Amino acid sequence: MNQREKEQYLREYAILKSQGKPFFPYAVAKDSAMAAIVLVVIIVLSIVLGAEMGPKADPTTTTYVPRPEWYFFFLFELLRVIKPPQFVPLATIGVPTICMILLFLLPFYDRSPERRPERRPIATAAGIFTIAAMAFLTYLGASAGSPNEIDMKPPAGLKGAALGEWNRGKLVAAQSGCLACHKIGENGNDGPGPHLTNIGSVLPESAIAQTLRNPTAPMPSFQTLAETQPQKFQALVSFLGQLR
Amino acid sequence: MARLKLPVPPVPPALKPRPARPGTGNGRVGPLDQAAEAGITVVDWIDERTSLSGGLRWMLFRKVPKGTNWFYTLGSAAMFAFLSQAVTGVFLAMYYDPSPTHAYESIRYVTNEAFLGEFVRGMHKWGSTVMVILVFLHMGRTFFWGAYKYPRELNWVIGVVLLIMTMTMSFTGYLLPFDQRSYWATIVGVNINGTGPLIGPYLSDFLRAGPEFGATTLSRFYAIHMMLVPGLIAALIGAHLYLVAKLGTTAPPWIKAKPDERLTESEV
Ligand code: HEC
Ligand code: HEM
Repeated sequence: MNQREKEQYLREYAILKSQGKPFFPYAVAKDSAMAAIVLVVIIVLSIVLGAEMGPKADPTTTTYVPRPEWYFFFLFELLRVIKPPQFVPLATIGVPTICMILLFLLPFYDRSPERRPERRPIATAAGIFTIAAMAFLTYLGASAGSPNEIDMKPPAGLKGAALGEWNRGKLVAAQSGCLACHKIGENGNDGPGPHLTNIGSVLPESAIAQTLRNPTAPMPSFQTLAETQPQKFQALVSFLGQLR
Repeated sequence: MARLKLPVPPVPPALKPRPARPGTGNGRVGPLDQAAEAGITVVDWIDERTSLSGGLRWMLFRKVPKGTNWFYTLGSAAMFAFLSQAVTGVFLAMYYDPSPTHAYESIRYVTNEAFLGEFVRGMHKWGSTVMVILVFLHMGRTFFWGAYKYPRELNWVIGVVLLIMTMTMSFTGYLLPFDQRSYWATIVGVNINGTGPLIGPYLSDFLRAGPEFGATTLSRFYAIHMMLVPGLIAALIGAHLYLVAKLGTTAPPWIKAKPDERLTESEV
């Protein structure tokens, strides 16, 4: 907007304003009606849906679903959509940071005087696209389950104690939320972490244990599990080591 | 002493109180008149010392432009949702204990034992969802209608900070019940933060109060959730509203000003 356009806007706005109505009581009445609606909606949600609680936080176990509040789903889904691990930082923070900067600076790069959405096709299209993308990612996030079971046959030839260990490891893996981020065989979500289906042939057991203790973000560390329940941890590692 | 004068709201004539007819009032002052007089005296006393009425009049009796419609209530609805969160939050804070050993127990107490506890907790929990939705709708309205353009750029920037603060509230609040889901989701969330450029790792360390998720992490989240960020939000809403009153709200972009008739040229 140049100086002339600014002055023109202010002039026109002054006329519109002088033809308007006082904030009190006209706008205040509408605002109050809206506030009443908001209050009723919150109360109804509270009564109908309540406030449930999960089991108490326990750093050593398991059976958890690392799931954020639903309006963060789209961020988490971004991780899944942008696949290769070297791009993970880009997905987690890069894209949101860029979006935030674009949002902050919006009034400074969109300087045309036009305000009607249908005459600002780029801005309107970008806005609609952003909303659609966020809605789509939120939907994906909402429908992506985080299964707590691994449906898999033990490798042939595994017997006795080794088979027991394998089964226990499978249970720990299933209950530790790995499937929220990893795919093991047919189970779990495809991302943000890599497939673990053949992890045993990619990494030796010691390296797997090392990863679990000291992983790259966003994967949580399972150091506490290793310290407090070494057998469980060992079972988990040997289960993973036999995935080939 | 100057009497406080407020413009009379436009009331239909039928509802207006009739002035007393001369000769009926017999000159005596009833208790009702005395009470009204006392009220006016108190207001005048305060106003003489603070001059608040000027600001109030400026805020309340500014004009909103022609065409202002229901979409303009979204901002104040977001503010109302914030107030509701503040009030219900105070009640939750009366019971909450931000230590890893007691947090879960205290929330369980609120939910199952305290009078109306689950109801208030539900209002706080669902109120956060409602507030986030309202903030996004309000932002969408200002975006699609180009309300962020000259002279309201600064108000947009403040708005973006409010958006980030609102999301921070919900992120920090999610940990507080300290159940399995909130615990592990927060660990992953903080880890995601840590992958950010430049300040990412520092931000994560700050949030966790150290390199590991420890005993002080919870009280740090609590302090951020109930003191730091709400204070910032309240202050920023104040600035946001000051600018709204100072600059006026936009008219919907379709409304064109008809110049004053006396100023238009007519063809001869
Ligand atoms: C929040 C999501 C998340 C969860 C939960 C998670 N991981 Fe990961 N994991 C990742 C990501 C992302 C990577 C890739 C990190 C990288 O790029 O270095 C990864 C990497 C790994 C690797 C190394 C893979 C390789 O090819 O280098 C192993 C092994 C692994 N995870 C095992 C597990 C196990 C076992 C569990 C459950 C006990 C688990 N993960 C839970 C996100 C997660
Ligand atoms: C806690 C969150 C917020 C509150 C309580 C709030 C409150 C308000 C209120 C009451 C108004 C007055 C008129 C109206 O409702 O349109 C307003 C206007 C405005 N807000 Fe917000 N707001 C919030 C967040 C935001 C966000 C996230 C943005 C955008 C990034 C934003 C940008 C604006 C702009 C540009 C105006 C001027 C609109 C106009 O003049 O038409 N606000 N805000």
